Amino acid sequence: MFGRDDKVSGIRLTAAQYMILAIFLVLAYGLWRLQVMQSDLYATLAEKNRIRNVPILAPRGKILDREGRVIVDNYPSFSALLLRDSSRDLNADADLIAQGLHLDANEVRTRIRRFASMPQYQPIFLKEDITPDELAFIDAHRNELPELDTIVAHRRLYPRNGFMAHLIGYVGEVTEDMLNQPQFELYSPGDVVGVSGVERQYNTALMGKNGARRALVNSHGREVGLLGETDAIPGKQLKLTLDIDLQIAAEEALEGKNGAIVAMDPRTGEILAMVSRPTFDPQSFSVRVSRDQWSKLITDPDKPLLNKAIQAQLAPGSTFKILMATAGWQEGIAQTLHVNCSGSAEFYGRRFGCWVKGGHGAVELEKAIYQSCDVFFYTLAEKLGIDRISKYAAALGLGQKTGIDLPNEVSGVMPSEEWKIRNFKQKWFAGETISVGIGQGAVAVTPVQLIRAIAAISMGGKMVVPHVVDPQELPSGYVETSHVTETKNIPIDPSGWTFITDAMSRVLLPEGTAPSAHVPGVDIAGKTGSAQIVSLATRAKFKNSEALAQNGWFVGFTPRRNPDVVVCVLFEGGEHGKLAARIATQVLKAYVDKQRRTPSKLAERQKSDGQVDIGALWTAPASDKLETGRYVLDLPKTPTIAAIAAPGMHE
Amino acid sequence: MSRYVSFRDFDWLLLVFVLMICGLGVMEIHSATVHTKFAGSHIRQIYWVVGGVGMMFLISLVNYQALLDQIHWFYIAAVASLMAVMIFGQKYLGAKRWIKMPGGNHFQPSEWVKLILILAMAKFFADLRNRELSWPDFMKAGAIVVIPMLMVLKQPDLGTALTYIPIALMGVFLGGMQWKQGLAVGLLAAVAVSAVFLVPRVHVLKSYQKQRLTSFMDPENDPQGTGYQVEQSKIAVGSGGLWGGKGSQTHGAFLPVPQTDFIFAAFSEEHGFVGALGVLLLYFIVLMRLTQNAQTAPDRAGTFVVMGVVAVLSFHILVNVGMVVGFMPVTGIPLPLMSYGGSSVLFMFMALGMVMNVRMRRFVN
Repeated sequence: MFGRDDKVSGIRLTAAQYMILAIFLVLAYGLWRLQVMQSDLYATLAEKNRIRNVPILAPRGKILDREGRVIVDNYPSFSALLLRDSSRDLNADADLIAQGLHLDANEVRTRIRRFASMPQYQPIFLKEDITPDELAFIDAHRNELPELDTIVAHRRLYPRNGFMAHLIGYVGEVTEDMLNQPQFELYSPGDVVGVSGVERQYNTALMGKNGARRALVNSHGREVGLLGETDAIPGKQLKLTLDIDLQIAAEEALEGKNGAIVAMDPRTGEILAMVSRPTFDPQSFSVRVSRDQWSKLITDPDKPLLNKAIQAQLAPGSTFKILMATAGWQEGIAQTLHVNCSGSAEFYGRRFGCWVKGGHGAVELEKAIYQSCDVFFYTLAEKLGIDRISKYAAALGLGQKTGIDLPNEVSGVMPSEEWKIRNFKQKWFAGETISVGIGQGAVAVTPVQLIRAIAAISMGGKMVVPHVVDPQELPSGYVETSHVTETKNIPIDPSGWTFITDAMSRVLLPEGTAPSAHVPGVDIAGKTGSAQIVSLATRAKFKNSEALAQNGWFVGFTPRRNPDVVVCVLFEGGEHGKLAARIATQVLKAYVDKQRRTPSKLAERQKSDGQVDIGALWTAPASDKLETGRYVLDLPKTPTIAAIAAPGMHE
Repeated sequence: MSRYVSFRDFDWLLLVFVLMICGLGVMEIHSATVHTKFAGSHIRQIYWVVGGVGMMFLISLVNYQALLDQIHWFYIAAVASLMAVMIFGQKYLGAKRWIKMPGGNHFQPSEWVKLILILAMAKFFADLRNRELSWPDFMKAGAIVVIPMLMVLKQPDLGTALTYIPIALMGVFLGGMQWKQGLAVGLLAAVAVSAVFLVPRVHVLKSYQKQRLTSFMDPENDPQGTGYQVEQSKIAVGSGGLWGGKGSQTHGAFLPVPQTDFIFAAFSEEHGFVGALGVLLLYFIVLMRLTQNAQTAPDRAGTFVVMGVVAVLSFHILVNVGMVVGFMPVTGIPLPLMSYGGSSVLFMFMALGMVMNVRMRRFVN
């Protein structure tokens, strides 16, 4: 038997000690590897793990009219967004997400792909203005879909029923095409930008700058601390030169018709009203435009998305005769021209008819203007020749963009011999000049061009640039639009433009072409026009087809001397200019009524109302119930100033 | 035979180092839980440590030789308690490991079975006085450990079951293991590992256990599962750097259970390489002090008892810290003395009580 002192092998005990030492060296190496050799890598991984950037969306600036009344406001709504800082396979969850948010799963995947190159902390906006049941879905799936979150966004609240829609424009998510353009280079996918109209033109001022919350989040995506917050900088509010009262009058005047109205202050170029019909509801598709809705808008032959005030290129018809008269006077021809109108006349072997089949008899310039005698202006055109006509028309801004501060203005066409050769590689035929003399043929104008030219004549040659925002009202450093306040002086013989405007004031008298548009007590000078539909595009298609109804035009101003306001009406399919004249005089009368502070239909409504309220629909942050509410816009309580709700705004 | 035993012979130095580790553990538990629903755990941990120290003193008073004489009863009781867990155990998180005790505490028998196994091994090898271990004795030693081990594996508690292996290995190694037997152990381990991983019909391990064991090798492949835990642990340790940081992994709850199994990761994140190495050094000092006590033990049995404790403690450190730095799979083995948890703390102090017991009797002849 062994004794008690029989010991365990000392060598094996020592071996055990060395084994323990070996274990500790291995563990120490493991620590060294992670904490010293690769500590930078793991520090960045830890940083990525815990910081979540949640944007704080900046509200866009409000849009006000010239008197500070709110036209476009914001309302709060929820947007669904996808956080990418959680280490989840977003593509695998796409089906469930798409189902819950009523989206197309492939669309969700496309969005995830689109954002792949963006920094991880930038969330993906999935859907805006989500409904209560979609909000409930997100809440119910906090654990299954921790990457899905909501954010309170400020959505645009536009006037209803497309009121002023073309001028204001609308907002939308910045598209990939836009991101490739230099003016959008600072934006990132998901940003909401102005897509058309003022919203686009003055986007930089209106947009503001999103802030961000840098939040510490735990592994469940819950915020456990706040690292920092950059406040959102709200967009600047924008004051337009528009007058809601006049805009309402213009919208009402063109209700149910197609065409455009522009009202402008000829002294400054400030646009007071701008309407284009048919219109669209920016609210309905700035929220969620379905493919069907969009393609319907795009393919509609009446082109509801087109702002006809600046984008329709049409023959000006007889309104062009004012420019003809001015050119003829300057050349010393018109004032001495006497023509006998027998209902038609022959030029270059072709018979050209007057719109009065029986003829006007003996016609001189004044009668030719208020009776709109075609034969007189055929003769004048023949005597002037296309290049002299073109010279004056071009000097008055036809065939070129006016420079109005709205996007996508078109230039129209003012033909000349050189233009014909350049564009058609053909010589100008003298016969074509005859049609141009009455505003037909190749000449195509936009309403805003026409109003600018007539305004210049009414102002004795002072040419303004039409604009919807006074550069002085702009926040400094946002948009450079000082060119709109520059004026040009076109030398026009004073006896010439006073003679012509005097003749124009007889258009609305019994002997004129539009006596039915006469407004007692208001000194309106104007010119009607009825033009065949001949734009560059339709000309090619229809070859002066007789089947298409004529467009009615009217350009008028008041008072006759030193006018305060010019109105141009395009009444598509209006057949005769006198119908356009009636529309125009409604707008002019509204303006005069407001100036004279006389009670009108508008003022009466104002007394009983005094406020504009806009209905809105949103989901409150605290609950998932859909709530409705009203934004009450206080209008100036001066009882004599006519102020009412827009047709789309009030009940 | 003098039975005089004095606390003067108690290993006070060892106790100081052990309490230093416990103190760091309590600190880290506080830091990791302060803003969570587990806030206040560090106070409970202090109670456990105080209770453990008391237990240690109590155990050091009972002569270990007397305990060893009765070890077969203890062994039977241990197996019975594991049986009781199988029958009456509380199911929690898919595993039956605890028995609910009167007073609301949960008792985990598999912890104290470890202690019984240390003593059983000591008794078994102390009674064998051959220089070389015979094959039948080798098999018997294995059986003593394997029976409770399989019962724990059934709970299932892979981590604790694995901690029984080093007890057997240490016993066999010091008990005169032949190189052929060593080869057999190595072969057995290789077969077991390959069977678990390669043969799909072997259902020794649950699929989550298998996944846990495999995912540590490729954590990025499974970032939200167990691989996620390993990955988060590595991020925590790595981001601590040389001097430690603010501990966003720990406080952001990216690190799983930072007060128990991943406490070393939490500590490493907050105190860096320097702090983590300091803790390892403390453990190393404790282990060296323990082996020294084993060498000075009055008899063969005493040496085996102390070295059994050394084996369990080293294995825990190896597996836990190895897991934290990404060398080892996630097995749910806590870091002794630092991790929060009554069973773990009490076991460690009871084991240390056995060590003290042996040491206090080193001059007894």
